[in-house]
Amino acid sequence: MSSIELKNLVKKYGDGFPAVNDVSLDIADGEFMILVGPSGCGKSTLLRMIVGLEDITSGDLLIGDKRVNDLAPRDRHLAMVFQNYALYPHLTVFDNIAFPLRLSKGKHTEEEIKAKVHDAAGMLELEEHLDRKPANLSGGQRQRVAMGRAIVRDADAFLFDEPLSNLDAKLRGQMRTEIARMQRRLGVTTVYVTHDQTEAMTLGDRVAVLKKGILQQCASPRELYDQPVNLFVAGFIGSPPMNFLPARVEGSTLKLPFADVPVTGELAQRVSGLEVVIAGLRPEYIKDATLGDQPQGAATFSAVVDQTEWLGNEQYAYIPFETDPSVHAQLEELERDLDGEGMRTQMIVNLDARSRVLEGDDTPLFFSPADMHVFDPNTGENLTRDEAKANQIAQDSEEQRKAALKRAKAREVRQAQDASKAS
Amino acid sequence: MDDNLSTKVKSWLGVAAIPIILWTCVPLLFILAESLKSTTALGDPTQNTFGNFWPKDISWANYQLIFTGGAKDLFLPALWHSVVVCLASTVISVVLAMFCAYAISRLDFPGKKVILTTALAVSFFPVIAMVTPIFNLWRQIGLFDTIPGLIIPYLALTLPLSIWILSAFFQQIPWEMEQAAQVDGATHWQAFVKVVAPLAAPGVFTTAIIAFFTAWNDFVFSLNLTAQNARTVPAALAFFTGASQFTQPTGAICAAAVVVTIPVVILVLVFQKRIVAGLTSGAVKG
Ligand SMILES: Nc1ncnc2c1ncn2[C@@H]1O[C@H](COP(=O)(O)OP(=O)(O)O)[C@@H](O)[C@H]1O
Ligand SMILES: [Mg+2]
Repeated sequence: MSSIELKNLVKKYGDGFPAVNDVSLDIADGEFMILVGPSGCGKSTLLRMIVGLEDITSGDLLIGDKRVNDLAPRDRHLAMVFQNYALYPHLTVFDNIAFPLRLSKGKHTEEEIKAKVHDAAGMLELEEHLDRKPANLSGGQRQRVAMGRAIVRDADAFLFDEPLSNLDAKLRGQMRTEIARMQRRLGVTTVYVTHDQTEAMTLGDRVAVLKKGILQQCASPRELYDQPVNLFVAGFIGSPPMNFLPARVEGSTLKLPFADVPVTGELAQRVSGLEVVIAGLRPEYIKDATLGDQPQGAATFSAVVDQTEWLGNEQYAYIPFETDPSVHAQLEELERDLDGEGMRTQMIVNLDARSRVLEGDDTPLFFSPADMHVFDPNTGENLTRDEAKANQIAQDSEEQRKAALKRAKAREVRQAQDASKAS
Repeated sequence: MDDNLSTKVKSWLGVAAIPIILWTCVPLLFILAESLKSTTALGDPTQNTFGNFWPKDISWANYQLIFTGGAKDLFLPALWHSVVVCLASTVISVVLAMFCAYAISRLDFPGKKVILTTALAVSFFPVIAMVTPIFNLWRQIGLFDTIPGLIIPYLALTLPLSIWILSAFFQQIPWEMEQAAQVDGATHWQAFVKVVAPLAAPGVFTTAIIAFFTAWNDFVFSLNLTAQNARTVPAALAFFTGASQFTQPTGAICAAAVVVTIPVVILVLVFQKRIVAGLTSGAVKG
């Protein structure tokens, strides 16, 4: 078990293109770190640099305070689960899991190996498949064999490269909780690459968002959601995604397509030099005014709903709006960075399932201006980010993480005691 | 892969295969028949059935001749030389080709193309053109009529072939497999021995068999580069003489030909399953 520290890591492939550009991260001992970003942003490259399969062009990589830049993969004591599992097809499940143990010659007796493999197989419910070959297993079982191979030896950290992307949705959810439970239970430092929002938000203690090889923000899921540093992070995190609306700055008022929002204090100063800004409104920030509970100072407006989708527990309404040519290019580029299909000219509103909004209706809506994010269209910077709040969230989640680890350890001890009492 | 062929297509393919099978089998059967004929039967059609094809009375005289009779001193050493030379050149060529092909399929180094093209060019080079210079050289450096003197030219024939076949096989093995092994704690060498080599086994067997046959069937090198200390069977057959000066050695030659065909048949039957590739399926997601 170790911490992992990345200091200004750069990776340039043969063609000189920096796939990973100046990434610095501090991964604490026992922490679950997620690397997330659209495809091609350098997540896999970064992970492979950590594990030693890719040379580091510049920067330092420290595992447990030891610089490991020049160590071969086998000397880094890390375990990795590959995207397509990379199981050894000529070996049985047992031999696949035992493979790393058998390589460290003389360290384990054959009995120890047997015990360890059965332990791991038990944890992953693979007991009855130990004599089978990987070719005869289902996707989920192969995935578990790959995990078994990773956990069987006491590696300093686990690295996962999109381990669930080849599974169907149901299995993915199941394996996700299993991975989370296993990580807590073993308390092993984990770096997990994914492009899936849900995995990123639910698994990670902290999530590092990458864009074109550059680290955008590394924070707890809650902070990423509430206090994104820029337009990219705000647009990437959240599903359905945040609505981006052009807003003209007129004195101390922001003129959105549907409503005028007064700005005060620090924000007013920050937007003062700008003609147009981008306002970010998460779909659930906008509410149906007919249902009441409207707070003081809410911005109210009415808009024609083009389409609704009722999902039982919630309801989406789509409201088209006019874009502003001055921020068109910026939003267009953002969509491209986010792997989107094109610029969105519809606002998505996540309404209460009780709401009786009908398509074609002029619906009264409201949102609280305090929830609104304002972005500088030139730099993409979030002008409404509240550092104090962000720090508070970071502290809280760090405490939560430690508490969770402690709980898991305590449970482990208790189970061990119970087991020894029973025998 | 047969699954997506309809029964009709399959039966048509079966019918079409019959002439091909006949075409390849009849000469072999004919050699077998000749080898079982006595000296008189060879010259007298009335002693044979199927229009001079199969002898009415099977005679083992030709086999006796080459194993215990007058041709023994010519045939048995030649058989021994054939086995030694072919096994040695197969092993050396497969081992060397394995390393070479692995490097070609895994590493990006300058001159990779040159190696592959050269290998290809060498295998197209007419053997007969190489023989005379090698003959002269071998006589000067004392390799003429020695076992290594035959193995070395055989390597020139088998290596290019082996390198090409094996690099195709290595390229099929997902690189991630090996990287996984390295992360699991294997050295490059261990990853190669424990993961890559077993996965490439069908390729290695195929290569070995092809290399073996190439050497086993060679006539030109053996005829020109050896006298008696290293002469292999194909060349030795040319020096067979009949029981008397005036009889043709047809029967003995056919018997010897049958004997040298047997290992080929056995090899193919034994390794038929191993040659079939497809071991890598299931390595990656399915
Ligand atoms: N072996 C390679 N040679 C050159 N460029 C590469 C190589 N591998 C990846 N890249 C490039 O590096 C970038 C990041 O790739 P990768 O880390 O695989 O992205 P991700 O895993 O986030 O989808 C991509 O633009 C890709 O084209
Ligand atoms: Mg990737």
